[in-house]
Amino acid sequence: MSLLNRRDALRALLCEREKMIVVAGLGSSAYDLASCGNEPLDFPLWGAMGGAAMVGLGIALAQPEYKVLVVTGDGEMLMGLGSLATIAAQRPSNLRIVVMDNERFGETGQQHTHTAVCTDLAAVAAGCGFQHVRTIRQAGELEALRVDLHALNDLLLAVVKVSPEELPRALPPRDGAYLTHRLRSALLGAEPALEA
Amino acid sequence: MRITDESLAASPSIHSQQHVQEWAEGVYELFKAHNVELISFVPDGGHKRLIACCQSDPALSTVALTTEEEGIALAAGAFLGGKRSALLMQSSGVGNCINMLSLPRVCNMPFLVLVTMRGEWGEFNPWQVPMGQGTPVILEASGVIVYRADSVEEVCPTVEAAILLAFQSRRSVAVLLSQKLIGAKNFMGGDK
Repeated sequence: MSLLNRRDALRALLCEREKMIVVAGLGSSAYDLASCGNEPLDFPLWGAMGGAAMVGLGIALAQPEYKVLVVTGDGEMLMGLGSLATIAAQRPSNLRIVVMDNERFGETGQQHTHTAVCTDLAAVAAGCGFQHVRTIRQAGELEALRVDLHALNDLLLAVVKVSPEELPRALPPRDGAYLTHRLRSALLGAEPALEA
Repeated sequence: MRITDESLAASPSIHSQQHVQEWAEGVYELFKAHNVELISFVPDGGHKRLIACCQSDPALSTVALTTEEEGIALAAGAFLGGKRSALLMQSSGVGNCINMLSLPRVCNMPFLVLVTMRGEWGEFNPWQVPMGQGTPVILEASGVIVYRADSVEEVCPTVEAAILLAFQSRRSVAVLLSQKLIGAKNFMGGDK
């Protein structure tokens, strides 16, 4: 059985995305999101490692009418493991976390992460109190996840086991102020986005 | 005044303000007046009354964190979604925040943090001293504007100025609530 291609998997999950906000962790997850287009409701990170899920929590609490998807890698999620406990305790019904788990630190030379050795991030999330966790290894399981990203009215974490192959870089904008204003304008309107 | 073991023992006032925190309601009222609606914290005894005030108000969201830097990413997300937030923590957590402080800085976002100080005024625990002494310089080196309140009278004006600066000018602003204000933690007296 061959491992999933991470970009094909993300593209499948973002099919008929509608008004879903997507936060992407730094590195491959941000490049994957850029490869799917460059949307106003995208918020790709270029730093703040370990913070992607918490950025998603902040948006989810501030905008309960929107679904918020955090897409990140296993290395980024491992750096923010505590945030899974923080998020589970809040249990925002509109937040979803998808960890594209290639078992590697892909930006730095493909060193094995802890998930390559022993750590099961879905089990960690379940242990933190997530009621809905799953691990996906086959393309045929992606559609059910895609449906749940929209239809489930509860917090969800899915680990998608993906191939560690290095893909061509697709770079999102790097200007944080631009990305911030773009998302706020889409959510709040052009003029309110200028206020704090 | 030089603090010695003798002056500590002879000066019960050095611990006298612990757990009184009469400034807490004033800070809570400032949060309400300025629409600061999301309060995250890694608890500290010095924030006990303020945390309780915020938790008793169903109009505020409160988020307990496992580590302080989570609160910076949370504040960034809240701002992206149009909500104002504040982070409450102790000086020992400042070092945990350094890299995450790049997020509000690079993204031109407001960030407000109230830091109760340890390791400075009659500190009993030597393990608190390095981070307490490093707190102002580390925050400033990370791009945070640092205010400080040493007396009860200074707390509310200082917090209000910090709120205005953070949200109107979109800067990271810390208010250090000094250990003189909070009261030196008195292990010998059995305080928690």
